[in-house]
Amino acid sequence: MSTVDIDIPPQAGAPRGSMKAETRGRRLRLGDPIFRGLATASGLFLAVAMVGLGVVLVIDSWPAITGLGTKMLTTVAWSPSTGEYGALAALVGTFLSTLVAMVIAVPLALVIALLLVELVHPKVSRVVGTVIEMLASIPSIVFGMVGIFTIVPFMQDHLVPWVLSTPLGKVPGIAPGPNYAGGGVSIFTAGVVLAFMVLPFITAVSRDVMKMVPQVTKEAGYGLGSTTWEVMRKISLRYANSGIVGAIFIGFGRALGETMAVAFLIGSVFTSLPHSVFDPGTSIASLIALNFSEATDKLQISALIELGLILFILTILFQVAAQAWLRRVQRVTGGRA
Amino acid sequence: MVDTKVDEPTQIQDGEATVVPPRLAVAENRRGSGEDFAALADEITVRDLDFFYGKAQALFGNTIDFKKNRVTAVIGPSGCGKSTHLRALNRIFNLYRDQRASGEILFEGSNILSKDTDLLELRRRIGMIFQKPSPFPMSVFDNVAYGLRQHYRLNRSELAMRVEHALKRSAIWDEVKHKLNEPGNALSGGQQQRLCIARAIAAEPDVLLMDEPCSAIDPVATAKIEELILELKDKYTIVLVTHNMQQAARVSDYTAFFFQGRIVEFGSTTDIFSCPTEKQTEEYITGRFG
Amino acid sequence: MSAVAESPRPSQLAPMRRRSVVGRKAVDLVVKVLSWIGALFGIAVMGFVLYEVIIRGLKAWNVAFFTQPTPLDPMSTSGGMANAILGTIIITAGAAAIAIPIGFMAGVYLAEFGRNGRVATSIRMVSNVVMGVPSIIVGVFAFAILVKPLQHYSGFAGSVALAFLMLPVMARTTEDILNLVPNELRESGLAMGAPRWRVTLRVVCKAARGGLITGATLAVVRVAGETAPLLFTALSSFYWITGLFGPGGYFGGPVANITKAMYDMANSPYPHMQALAWGGALFIMVFILGLNILVRLLFQRGKEW
Repeated sequence: MSTVDIDIPPQAGAPRGSMKAETRGRRLRLGDPIFRGLATASGLFLAVAMVGLGVVLVIDSWPAITGLGTKMLTTVAWSPSTGEYGALAALVGTFLSTLVAMVIAVPLALVIALLLVELVHPKVSRVVGTVIEMLASIPSIVFGMVGIFTIVPFMQDHLVPWVLSTPLGKVPGIAPGPNYAGGGVSIFTAGVVLAFMVLPFITAVSRDVMKMVPQVTKEAGYGLGSTTWEVMRKISLRYANSGIVGAIFIGFGRALGETMAVAFLIGSVFTSLPHSVFDPGTSIASLIALNFSEATDKLQISALIELGLILFILTILFQVAAQAWLRRVQRVTGGRA
Repeated sequence: MVDTKVDEPTQIQDGEATVVPPRLAVAENRRGSGEDFAALADEITVRDLDFFYGKAQALFGNTIDFKKNRVTAVIGPSGCGKSTHLRALNRIFNLYRDQRASGEILFEGSNILSKDTDLLELRRRIGMIFQKPSPFPMSVFDNVAYGLRQHYRLNRSELAMRVEHALKRSAIWDEVKHKLNEPGNALSGGQQQRLCIARAIAAEPDVLLMDEPCSAIDPVATAKIEELILELKDKYTIVLVTHNMQQAARVSDYTAFFFQGRIVEFGSTTDIFSCPTEKQTEEYITGRFG
Repeated sequence: MSAVAESPRPSQLAPMRRRSVVGRKAVDLVVKVLSWIGALFGIAVMGFVLYEVIIRGLKAWNVAFFTQPTPLDPMSTSGGMANAILGTIIITAGAAAIAIPIGFMAGVYLAEFGRNGRVATSIRMVSNVVMGVPSIIVGVFAFAILVKPLQHYSGFAGSVALAFLMLPVMARTTEDILNLVPNELRESGLAMGAPRWRVTLRVVCKAARGGLITGATLAVVRVAGETAPLLFTALSSFYWITGLFGPGGYFGGPVANITKAMYDMANSPYPHMQALAWGGALFIMVFILGLNILVRLLFQRGKEW
């Protein structure tokens, strides 16, 4: 490193110059510890605040945890008048809507990623990729509004009646239950909209990991007479599958906690279990959103905070699992490649 | 230990001032010298091949015959178009939309550059080995079985037999027979490259295109691959791109010297290395540039 | 090398039955068509959402929308979103004022001081995890630490909730961007005898400023359209914010904001209310997509840095 040309040559400056440098030096010696201290404090603040979030949730949900026990997870009830709270319906609704979302989003994300990586000109790929990514910046509530005003009528008038008229409509889980409300406002509709909310994320990660497949490996596949699809399925996806699994995990975790769009679309039936994906239901997040500001009963508030805690733990489990998986995968592939 | 057969006359004699005779010796059992080139069966015939990267032309009127069961080396300084030429022969360049070739490449009597060429079948019949070993992210067995499963309907035992056969032909069976279920990229670099050769020959190609197959591996492994090339030419036609002139001299029957996208000289390896007719060829093989 | 001699002779190997190329090509074509359909479908959804929001939103945009507060009477056909727009700007600005400095300094700590130490690693891990935590939980948290003890909703509580969402994003982007600054730049600064803080702020951050501005803007954009954290923190109001303190002030009471107003209005059966909600949706979208695109255009390099 050559810094000679900019460094002040030692003992070359006039006395005035060197004194100036010295006083500046003394002032700055204080500057460094302060700066470092501020930075460290900010970093620690971040960590403490995040941990504090968990602690506060536990403290505030303690009355519900002790008062309701396992009933919270195993019963279906939401009645401030009797003081009975059980969120089983919300748990079921959360998982069902997320599942619907992933079933739609994952294959869609994979084929889009294939297009972006293998099939189109890089310029086209960048434009298409950016448009898909922009889906992620649409606020949840806007998705909810578009959903309630346009997708719900479509589901109710066209898609759901058609599906129910086919033999598929008799299959348990699809055949409507007692709460069936036309199919427009339903777990399925919420899942469809959720799918588009997690699609950009899964697409972006899939595209990035597929881009990391070495070109020579793909060429070797084509060189053996493979089609584009064969190279993707047998080679690229094998290379990238771990990254994509990680992305799916994280996408799942995100879909679990989506609030506003789901609150609009899922139907807010939290006193009975859904029999079918076309039944209305509720999710943990939308149950909190809909009841929190009206809740006056202390136990109900605590129960709602406990629901927040449950959601928090669920998403953390998904996050940690995804990250541990990705790290492990990085180690394995990094070690080999 | 790399080339015991040919290292004898490599010292430079400074006899004449103007013409320094090239000193790279060619192995004696070379078929190139003395046989009637025109009478040999053609495998691939290239006529007036031009190649473009976008607007930049990289190959100019390449015309060359690759003969059946012969090893043809393609040599030249880097950037001379030798890899480009090779990549035209199985149309792998078609993966990139700004690359295109014109002219004729005749394989089995039809021009493979024409639109209705079946690329999948073409690439099965003309296998390719790359500069960097490129095992697929799967087991050794599955690597070799890849092309077999893709192009043929085989039952389990047929598949296993074919895989074994290909690995044996690639002189790697003894090293991997207990590691068939281990990932292909767990092998050493040289083994990986022979695995790739096994993978290519398993699909029963007629031609093997080798794009500097030894540039990323150590000398011992290089020696093994060179030996393998000599064994494989009984059954396959081999086009070997190399920047290593000694390697060309050691394994090839015919040699083409490329310079700036043109084939400057083509002839039997013995002739090219002992009495090149072009000044550029001579300068290159005597190491004055390149 | 006697491998060839041992190997089965070609004649011993039965000829292989070929697999049809037609079938393989057909599958390939189907997948390619599907991926085009998928991508076009994704684009169509984006276009459809934009179209719906623009068409329906523009109908609501008039002078009143930007000058009048939200109507008290749901049946009325007057009123606008002006108080909610102002409230959202204040709440978001408050969140940015909290999260950007702290997040930036935390990022500096991770990139310049903490590096691979145990503390930095755990901070990184915690913030990665929290980045995936649903925003409604952050709302619950802000409710628990601010609204419940103080017995009243406030715009500030909303800001805190949003700031909480921004913090880890801000810290991690800052760190990522600073890490891209070549070490030589730091070393040459330090070698000149400049103190660490000066090198970091004047040299490193200056080199990375495009990326830092992009990161901060995207962090703001990320929370600007959030609704869930505001549901029970800032709540909503029909009135203008009156100042800092007191029941109508930023710290003292509920503050009107676009997203919560949209939520209430979209759920109401009255067409004018719904129209106002769409107007709000358009406003939020213009703000978010506009900033997004602006930042991408201004600092194209920001992505690499």
